[in-house]
Amino acid sequence: MKPFTTLTSRIVPLPIDNIDTDQIIPARFLKTISKEGLDANLFCDWRYNEDGTPNPDFILNQPVAKGAEILLAGDNFGCGSSREHAPWALTQYGFRAILSSSFADIFKGNSLKNSLLPVVIPESVKQELFELREKDIDVQVSIDLEAQVLVLPDGRRIEFPVDPFSKYCLLNGVDELGYLLNHEAEISAYEQRQPWALNTLAGYTS
Amino acid sequence: MSQPRTIIQKVWDNHVVAQKEGAPALLYIDLHLVHEVTSPQAFEGLRQRGLKVRQPSRTVATTDHSIPTTPRSLPILDSIAATQVAKLESNCAEFGVPCFGFHSKDQGIVHVMGPELGLTQPGMTVVCGDSHTATHGAFGALAFGIGTSQVEHVLATQCLLQQPSQSFEVRVDGTLKPGVTAKDIILALIAKIGIGGGTGCVFEFRGTAISSLSMEERMTICNMAIEGGARAGLIAPDDVTFEYVKGRRFAPQGADWDAAVERWRALATDEGAVYDKSIFIDADALEPMITYGTNPGMGVGISQVVPTPETGKDHIERDSIRKALEYMDIEGGKSLLGHPVDVVFIGSCTNSRISDLRQAAAVFKGRKVNPKVRTMVVPGSQDVKRQAESEGLDEIFRAAGAEWREAGCSMCIAMNGDQLTPGQYCVSTSNRNFEGRQGKGGRTFLASPLTAAASAIQGSVADIRSIL
Repeated sequence: MKPFTTLTSRIVPLPIDNIDTDQIIPARFLKTISKEGLDANLFCDWRYNEDGTPNPDFILNQPVAKGAEILLAGDNFGCGSSREHAPWALTQYGFRAILSSSFADIFKGNSLKNSLLPVVIPESVKQELFELREKDIDVQVSIDLEAQVLVLPDGRRIEFPVDPFSKYCLLNGVDELGYLLNHEAEISAYEQRQPWALNTLAGYTS
Repeated sequence: MSQPRTIIQKVWDNHVVAQKEGAPALLYIDLHLVHEVTSPQAFEGLRQRGLKVRQPSRTVATTDHSIPTTPRSLPILDSIAATQVAKLESNCAEFGVPCFGFHSKDQGIVHVMGPELGLTQPGMTVVCGDSHTATHGAFGALAFGIGTSQVEHVLATQCLLQQPSQSFEVRVDGTLKPGVTAKDIILALIAKIGIGGGTGCVFEFRGTAISSLSMEERMTICNMAIEGGARAGLIAPDDVTFEYVKGRRFAPQGADWDAAVERWRALATDEGAVYDKSIFIDADALEPMITYGTNPGMGVGISQVVPTPETGKDHIERDSIRKALEYMDIEGGKSLLGHPVDVVFIGSCTNSRISDLRQAAAVFKGRKVNPKVRTMVVPGSQDVKRQAESEGLDEIFRAAGAEWREAGCSMCIAMNGDQLTPGQYCVSTSNRNFEGRQGKGGRTFLASPLTAAASAIQGSVADIRSIL
């Protein structure tokens, strides 16, 4: 996993509540067996016209979105399906952080495992940022994960929550599997204590 | 005396393998269900690290999402889907995971198959790379959807790193009126709390209206916990649960069964346990529900009018209603009754079990589907299909002019070619009405199997109570 420490970037606004993972990456692109190439279809049904040409009204098709690494979205971002293809598509496109007033649980967990930082900000700050962005399309904000602050253009520092374990993993670019694998002894001991064990292999022949 | 605990807390406590300062708990997973869409990258991860599947005996795979629902004698024509299905089968063979694949007599939608084989049992932790894993909560299991990274974690270690959730009591008391079903209870809850209302929580559904439901109805309710924002929803196991599980292929037998039931009886929430949140729903006051918009929280009683944008509480909600009505091309301030329908879809992990099909068949019997409506009935599993055919339900569906198809997720997720064309309206028994969910540009009205069947007959959104 790539470490995440600090980030300063322009913001891409999507002022819509409840953006679900079917919008982020429609299910028809989930037939792949790899993680790659999903960015081409990020927000596909909003981003492209019927004939496949880019929809010029959609933010990702505007020059100012090029190179921006922070998405600013409405409430409950990432609701719906558990597909990790959503954070894969977002990170492949170049996003490294998402600002919103809330995130759906599974999406949030999936993002943290892909160095994509979900930053929960107060509703009032979110609204202010949408307004700032409307006035100045080049407005930039900074994120400092170590300090857990979002720095607004006027220098105000907005604290945001991150659980200490995820923060450690992000700052150091380590993934959770290594940590889990280090608990082999505890896992085996737990299995020994179980009163009854499922056996899905009973009678199974492939 | 120890502190009274909820069932949520008890199942959690029973599965904590390790809990270290400043880190999430290691939670043991009793049952891991795997399907073709969210697992290939996880198996590839194992391969890259040289890891094995730690407990193939706690893992089961099936194909459901991307497979066609045309006769099984036909090949999978979509080559990308065929590759994905073949990849699941080769991954399972390589890692020793049992797979009830495309041609298995046990194949089914993962959340239909698990319970019917007796894999899902009370008090278990159950995960799957699919948000509707909440379904298994109907058995008093803590069951939730995970991403592909976590699929890899569970394959490798049989554990997940988890933070505890808040507990959210959903009490439903009273008696459902004729024509009102489990689906209407859950749609009413989501309409009330919104699709983010349960974020960070696990629902416990309880109350007289819940305990009087069958297991299949309970699965319908828990299935859509995620649509209320909760990762999981569960119902304390009782005699109805034990009766359902007993004798199924993977259920404990003999003395193991007796011991298991004793443990399961102790899972119910203790008297005096405190929930972080609570809500009450009066079952007597419910009517059939239908969604009008582009998320499952945009639902109303079928006789009620669709809201207008002006009724939104702030400009974002007003915009969201306006955008939804625009996408759906419907007017606020009017009821949906009589709105023309192009497709009716009866299926999905929410409503494709035998009792759902029996309900739909009772409506279709002796009637004809409106010729303008394409009606698809997609059983949840091969087992459901066989049962329905043994009862002659398939004949009723065909005689009414509906399609009787093979088991799979089908038009719920529209990955397999079963999909709406742009602009079409569908009354669907599935769980999501997001833009394009059932096919790009398609428009979904979520409802119960009764409402869906009545709408197929009438050719437009119908109130089942008018034909009961």
